[in-house]
Parts: sequence; C-alpha cells; structure tokens
Amino acid sequence: MTHRTYNEVKGDDRSGLLSQVVSQRQRVVDRLASVRRVVAVMSGKGGVGKSYITATLAREIAAGKRSVGVLDADLKSPTCARMLGARGPVQVTDDGVQPAIGVNGIRLFSTDLLLEDGKPLAWREPGSERFIWRGVLETGAIREFLSDVVWGPLDLLLVDLPPGGDRLADLAALVPSLAGAVAVTIPSEESERSVARSMESAREAGIKVLGVVENMSGYGCESCGHVGPLFTGNAGETLARTFGVPLLARIPFNPSAPPKLSQPLVDAVLTGAP
Amino acid sequence: MKFLCIECDEQMGFEERQQPGDGTFTASFKCPKCNRSVALLANPMETQLVGSLGVKIGGRTLDEQPMELIRSNVVGKDDAFAEEGQMRQPVSAAAAASSAPRWTPDANARLSKVPNFVRGMVKKIYAEYAAERSITEITPEVMDRARTELGLEGM
Repeated sequence: MTHRTYNEVKGDDRSGLLSQVVSQRQRVVDRLASVRRVVAVMSGKGGVGKSYITATLAREIAAGKRSVGVLDADLKSPTCARMLGARGPVQVTDDGVQPAIGVNGIRLFSTDLLLEDGKPLAWREPGSERFIWRGVLETGAIREFLSDVVWGPLDLLLVDLPPGGDRLADLAALVPSLAGAVAVTIPSEESERSVARSMESAREAGIKVLGVVENMSGYGCESCGHVGPLFTGNAGETLARTFGVPLLARIPFNPSAPPKLSQPLVDAVLTGAP
Repeated sequence: MKFLCIECDEQMGFEERQQPGDGTFTASFKCPKCNRSVALLANPMETQLVGSLGVKIGGRTLDEQPMELIRSNVVGKDDAFAEEGQMRQPVSAAAAASSAPRWTPDANARLSKVPNFVRGMVKKIYAEYAAERSITEITPEVMDRARTELGLEGM
C-alpha cells in the first residue's frame, strides 16, 4: 500500500518538536542578552583545581566592582556554591529562578543548591537503560541553568565545566556568543596529555581557547614565600606553545593564602586580550 | 510527527494526550473524514527519551515552567525551591487568597504525594489551570482533567 510521506502531507505538525527545541534555544539567547561575556573554565582532567580557579576569578573580578555570575555546570560534583558562600533555597518567580548570591554579590547557580547534602545527582524513573537518556538530560539541565536563572545584567558569566571535552561543545551549541574557554592544568605530563585532548576538541569545535592556567605550579613556603617543586612537568608552558595560546598564569599551591591572579588572566577573561 | 489515515488519505488530528503516572505515554489521533481513532502508546523508556528533551508530543498547551525539566526529573531536596510568596510577604495576602482557587482536602492530600521538589510548580500549574477556566475549587477530578489536557507526567 502506498501512501503520502511526511513532506507530502501539508498539514501542520502540531507536536512541532523541532520548533519546541528552537524555542528552548531562543530562551537561552534571550536570557543571556543582558550578559556581556560568557567564558568557560575547562580541563580534560579532574582534580586540577578548575572550580577553585573559577571561584577565585569570580571573587577577584567581582571585588573590582564588576557584576559576575557563576554557572556550575559540574552537575555531579558541584563545589562552586560552597567556595563562594552561596546557599539556597532559591526563589521561583514568574520570570524564572533567582540565583543564589555569594561573596561580593556573585550570582550563582549549581546543583549543589538542589541536592541533599552528600546525595549524588539522581534522576527519576525509569532506572533501566538510563545511560541512553542521561546525557540528554544533563545537557537539558545546563540549558535550563542558562535560560531559566534570572541572571540579570552581568559583565561576566563564568561556566565551570566538568572534566572532559564534551560539555564545552554542548555549551557552545547552547551559547553561540560564548567568548571562549580558559584551560586549567597542573604541571604533570598526565595532565598535559589530558588537557591537550580537550583543547584539541575545543579547536575542532571552533571554540576559542583564551589561554592556559597552570595550577599547583609548585609549593609556596608559608614562611619565606619560596616556591619549590610540587609536580614534575611543565604542562602549562607546553600546552600554551603547542596550541599557540598564552600561558595566562602559574599559580603555586599555598594553603594559607588565596592566590593573587595575574592581570593577563583577568584581562583574558574580561576582554579576550591578555 | 504527523498521522495519516491511509484509507482516507487524510491527516489525522491530535485528540488528547495521557500520562497515567506509570512512566508511559499515550497520544490519540482521529481522522476528520472517517472518525477512526488511533493511539500512540509509548513505553517508559520511549517516554523518557522524549521527556529528556523537554518537549511535548502533541505540542505545548502550557508555557514551559522555570526549570521544568530539572524539577520533573531530578531527585532533589525538599526545600530547594521557594515559590514566590514563600520567602517574602505578597503585596496583599488577602487579595491573593480571595482570587486563588480553593483546594479540597482530597485534592490537597493528592498534592501532598507529589515530591516537594516539584510540588510548588505542580500546584501553580493546577491553580492557573483552574483560574483560566473560572474553576473556584480544585478537586481530584479537576486535577485529572488538567493532567489529561495539559499532559502532566504523573502529577
């Protein structure tokens, strides 16, 4: 039996799934219209202090009378809210969900505000075949963080990404105006290899890498200030040279004093020019 | 997605959507010429796949609520979201109370079974549904009707 196909049936597609998705994207664009600059903080490797760098950047830039927001896109291991002293509950208004407010007036949203203490991110049913739809839901959650949080006018929105390169491409698809990403590494060769992969992913996706930050770049003595070696390797410099981007900062580990961020790093995040 | 009545060569019209709360999904369509109806029945995984995109088969009858996808899908803490008015006094609590539909005890009992994480959103949807139709009292029957008409998953 022959019959007409989708394009031959001229009536409306009432479900309009595509137009619903387009409308979701438009909501992100509309919400971010009042945000001057969106910058991602990424790393191929976990445990390099990416969230720490994000929080420190936000705190320092906000202290300079800039309006700053932080979107914690690390849905499974959110840490930014605690680092920035932001707490829930969050208020729902007709315009959306109000962000939590952290130190220096930083506007923040994170799954940390939504989950019970110590509980992992868990999705409702069905439990079977969860792997098939989990990634779609996670991207949807980040989309709602972007579109449904009342960010208000911001000079800068920092997006703290989870380890790995996938989420950066998702973010770039959701935020066409994404200014770029800062790559965070530690000096070790393992980190270098891992971060190189995520920087390559960014390059392939056409996303500008603003520069590299080498965290835990030595151990700062609390008494005399001398910086001694902590890891072997020179990942920051190697990655910067390989990808032709600036090494924006080398931050030694010093448990007793918050790092003073370098001006090139702050400039790169705020203007794209170190 | 379009449904075609092959015998009549007519596009079928969307009739209704049901989400009975067991994770499954039903959408029915009717041929305008011969009145034959067909139902699309989706299992929980298929329903979840579509739901994960935050879209509605049959189209949206209700504006997307703030963080609808997250609140409908994440197992979150009870007090994560405070609805407007919970954190600050409304301008006129008396005026708001007089215009808001009344909830019967049975409806309230049913609402209390909805996880608190999403309860505020669900309550607002039912209240708006009732207000738009000049319904002054929300009963379980009104909730059923709203759920069918609006396609609310398991609410």
